[in-house]
Amino acid sequence: MDAHDTASPPLSRTPLHALHLARGGKMVPFAGYDMPVQYPMGVLKEHLHTRASAGLFDVSHMGQIALRPKSGKVEDAAIALERLVPQDIVAVPQGRQRYAQFTNAAGGILDDLMVANFGDHLFLVVNAACKTEDEALLRKELSGDCVIEVLADRALLALQGPKAAEVLTRLGADVAQMRFMDAGPRKVMGLDCFVSRSGYTGEDGFEISVPTADAEAFANALLADAAVAPIGLGARDSLRLEAGLCLYGHDIDTTTTPVEGDLVWSIQKSRRNGGARAGGFPGATAILAQIDNGVARKRVGLKPEGRAPVRDGAALYVDAEAREAIGSVTSGGFGPSLNGPIAMGYLPISHGAAGTRVFAEVRGQRLPLTVTTLPFVPHSYQR
Amino acid sequence: MPTLYTADHEWLRIDGDVATVGITDYAQSQLGDVVFVELPKLGRQLKKAEAAAVVESVKAASDVYAPITGEVVEVNDAVTGDPTLVNSDAADKAWLFKVKIADKSELDGLMDADAYEKHTA
Repeated sequence: MDAHDTASPPLSRTPLHALHLARGGKMVPFAGYDMPVQYPMGVLKEHLHTRASAGLFDVSHMGQIALRPKSGKVEDAAIALERLVPQDIVAVPQGRQRYAQFTNAAGGILDDLMVANFGDHLFLVVNAACKTEDEALLRKELSGDCVIEVLADRALLALQGPKAAEVLTRLGADVAQMRFMDAGPRKVMGLDCFVSRSGYTGEDGFEISVPTADAEAFANALLADAAVAPIGLGARDSLRLEAGLCLYGHDIDTTTTPVEGDLVWSIQKSRRNGGARAGGFPGATAILAQIDNGVARKRVGLKPEGRAPVRDGAALYVDAEAREAIGSVTSGGFGPSLNGPIAMGYLPISHGAAGTRVFAEVRGQRLPLTVTTLPFVPHSYQR
Repeated sequence: MPTLYTADHEWLRIDGDVATVGITDYAQSQLGDVVFVELPKLGRQLKKAEAAAVVESVKAASDVYAPITGEVVEVNDAVTGDPTLVNSDAADKAWLFKVKIADKSELDGLMDADAYEKHTA
């Protein structure tokens, strides 16, 4: 057996670190944090529990940033942020959030994020591995218009699954009327929380920002509900892969544009050519040309025909003999809800249509896969 | 019929000149839920320390190395059909393959149960 080397540099801890240990979490380094990859329940059961009931995820390693307009008008923060993302931020109403990407001059993706309009400021949630660079980018580019405040004194929890809403309601939270992507400050258990109806599993659910000092008590109150189990990073990854959601650094990165990443849906018409505020973000020329003229390759879903998982990095070929790879797998593993292997990767448009058969090289063998529409498991968002 | 262990968490049960090979209970507990097992082809000549089989959990693929040189004379189709056997019974029903031992002196470097227990402590 391969012994997994866990020689570890000093790792940061989230406010729920002691809770993870107390619950038997198997800890691994992730984005500079000591995080639970699974609990004694195990990845398979944690995954299935989330789809059937409710799972609690610690995502406190992610960055939470308040973008406060110096003018006092939230539109000014939105207009400023539109210099860094291809999304229409001005049109996000108070109490709503939107998925976005920071892009670079070549049109590549620096990070993906959520942007919420909290009435007097914007609230951003960014990836753990990118948060230092994101903060530096915001300070460099937006400091003239905005005060950038990193909210280091808050934990972030995700409660995901069909029973998430009833669990929060049992705790007295007024969330029943929230729709998918509603977001704003809300009292939960008397605490000053930020609650959004969103997540990274494809299920209905909520992401809840809570003051660090109250995080453990809040998590324990959720876990006291019989419907809720703690879920580690292992199941978080298999859930988001079944939901066809991108993992930054794998499915999207600085070498992929939002168009290649099949994220055109996230770029509103107002920012495209002919729109009211077309362009004006890094890489706009390249990205808008790709929207108008098409791309050479794109992200697709891939279903291996056999039982063997096809993992991140596997080269993709047109047939069992071809010498030249035409693409590669960017995420791959086992989908517990489908009881079989699933993957995502990049393929030329010529081979990217659903139903196309391609081959992946795994341990010297060519294994057949079929290009598949995403998601693998239908989303259950409460729209 | 003593059971011997490798530092890489394989076990071997010796019966005459045939060694039955599996992964240890410690190894399966570290891997987590096993979802796929790939075994060597019958008749393959294994060299000690080369990758012989693959055990995959939801998250990762792990190689199982040949603990000894020799020919593969039997493989456990039950475990490829039901990979969860590795989690439920790594030390017995989830044996992976049997090797006709080419050189018994290769067994000398392996651990007994006590030594392996100390190795994983």
